[in-house]
Amino acid sequence: MTPFTLYALTGIGLFVLGLYSLIVQAHLIRKVIALNIMGSGVFLVLVGLGGPTSNTMPDPVPQAMVLTGIVVAIAATALALTLILRIQAETGRTDLAEHSSQH
Amino acid sequence: MGISTVSIPWAIWTILLPLAGSLLCFLLPRRAALLGQAAAFSIVVPVAGLGWQVATHGIQRYAVGGWGAPLGIDLYADGLSSLMLIMTALVGLGISLYASAYFERRKAQFFWPLWLFLWAVLNALFLSGDIFNLYVTLELLGLAAVALVALAGGADALTGAMRYLLVSLLGSLCYLLGVALLYHAFGTLDIISLGRLMMPMPAVWTAMGLMTAGLLLKTALFPLHFWLPPAHASAPAPVSAILSALVVKASFYLLLRLWLDLFPEPGAAPRLLLGVLGAGAILWGSLQALRQKRLKLLVAYSTVAQLGYLFLAFPLLISAAWNAVVYFVLSHALAKSAMFLAVGNILYFGGHDRIDELDRIVQRLPLTMTAFAIAGISIIGLPPSGGFVAKWLLLEAAFSSGQWGWVLVVISGSLLAAAYVFKVIGFAFTQAKVLHETRAVPTIMEWTALGLALAALALGLMAPLPLELMDIGAPWVTLIGEELP
Repeated sequence: MTPFTLYALTGIGLFVLGLYSLIVQAHLIRKVIALNIMGSGVFLVLVGLGGPTSNTMPDPVPQAMVLTGIVVAIAATALALTLILRIQAETGRTDLAEHSSQH
Repeated sequence: MGISTVSIPWAIWTILLPLAGSLLCFLLPRRAALLGQAAAFSIVVPVAGLGWQVATHGIQRYAVGGWGAPLGIDLYADGLSSLMLIMTALVGLGISLYASAYFERRKAQFFWPLWLFLWAVLNALFLSGDIFNLYVTLELLGLAAVALVALAGGADALTGAMRYLLVSLLGSLCYLLGVALLYHAFGTLDIISLGRLMMPMPAVWTAMGLMTAGLLLKTALFPLHFWLPPAHASAPAPVSAILSALVVKASFYLLLRLWLDLFPEPGAAPRLLLGVLGAGAILWGSLQALRQKRLKLLVAYSTVAQLGYLFLAFPLLISAAWNAVVYFVLSHALAKSAMFLAVGNILYFGGHDRIDELDRIVQRLPLTMTAFAIAGISIIGLPPSGGFVAKWLLLEAAFSSGQWGWVLVVISGSLLAAAYVFKVIGFAFTQAKVLHETRAVPTIMEWTALGLALAALALGLMAPLPLELMDIGAPWVTLIGEELP
């Protein structure tokens, strides 16, 4: 196993860990952190799978994808944090419990 | 790569114009409404140009800035994508006219940049030819849509927006992980090349599962629809129309592309599963719509139900079913935007949307109620509306593939839809016990709702046109054995 395969496997581990926290944690900031961890996991998979092998150079395309992905993730996180601030100002809460969808 | 003989790159302009409009509206907030409408009208030109190019010269491919794949960005337009662009332009024009009267200046300066940005992203999504650009557009679409929901302010809209954001990000991350696996397996991101290389192996099944799950979440297919009603019902009326008519269609379009171009033979079980979930959505969504006391929630649950029909084509496996589904997308976009705008008028007029207190709205807002009723005709699927043609094609496909069960689902869905539409119309005639203060609705808002409803009706009368266009370069046609040019 090359270190790059290890990176990819770690990435999948982070993805699952983040998914678990996203579902389990109620606090919105924790949910946002969980999503960021999932995102880092995906980036690690991308870079890990695109890493150099004994006879090839590292592939630049996954790195370009990760860079783009990081920019998107930052924008999303900024929007999420702003929304959380507004929700806290409006309702005094930092979770989504109560009335939610009207089943 | 076959760059066409027609020299004007209309595809680029369909993205650049709304993007430029969005930036201008952001920089000149005082003139946002005026600039926004100018942008909305100008987008019609490149969309029509591209539609004409595709209709006369077939598939269009364009390498942005002269950089081809893999590092450059390729735009790709076939009949399906140009039809989606035309749909977006029609609905977008209606919504833009409506919004010019709906928003007061303070809200308008936020609405216009976001809406035009969303429009640019939608067009880019429909024209993307590779799975990573699709991820980027999908994510940007989600961000713009969430910001638009939050525009209403207030606790309901903010929590609705937050839930929508979390779901949307989760969906895109699942999709992105699928992209990573596919790129590792085949070394390309281009949909067409991937489709040629595709072979059954574990990485492909995993990628397909992840991408499909992410997109189903974003398309709000039952039982993953929980986020849709609160988000769509708490947004301002034009935003609800944008979300229900266009945004959910974008992730469905992507799903269609993936299943048709990338995974042509995923076996019967996953197809059947999608069909069953679709049937569940139709029944559950319609029943929930029937139970709602608030008009906006009723219309939002109706969207949940209507999205179910889109998934009935997956188990049918014949090209007529795909035609039916695309027709559903078109007619639902027009009818549902008309419906949400009509409900927006009622809310604007009476200050509330409780169904049992509609209080003779038929006499007081006749145009709006006509729009609601005509849109209802298309939602139920009565002739001569677009919804009727779509259901007719779907039933025909179900009969010819001998799968009778789906016929029952479609028919009961129509009956339930008739029940919830007529429930609203019934209350619109009666006098309510509680009286509300009213204010006049701007004429343009009434007429745009009616215009979109009439367009949904007209879609039933001119069926051959869109049907011919969607077959150009369509994957379901190439599946049968035609080669790409």
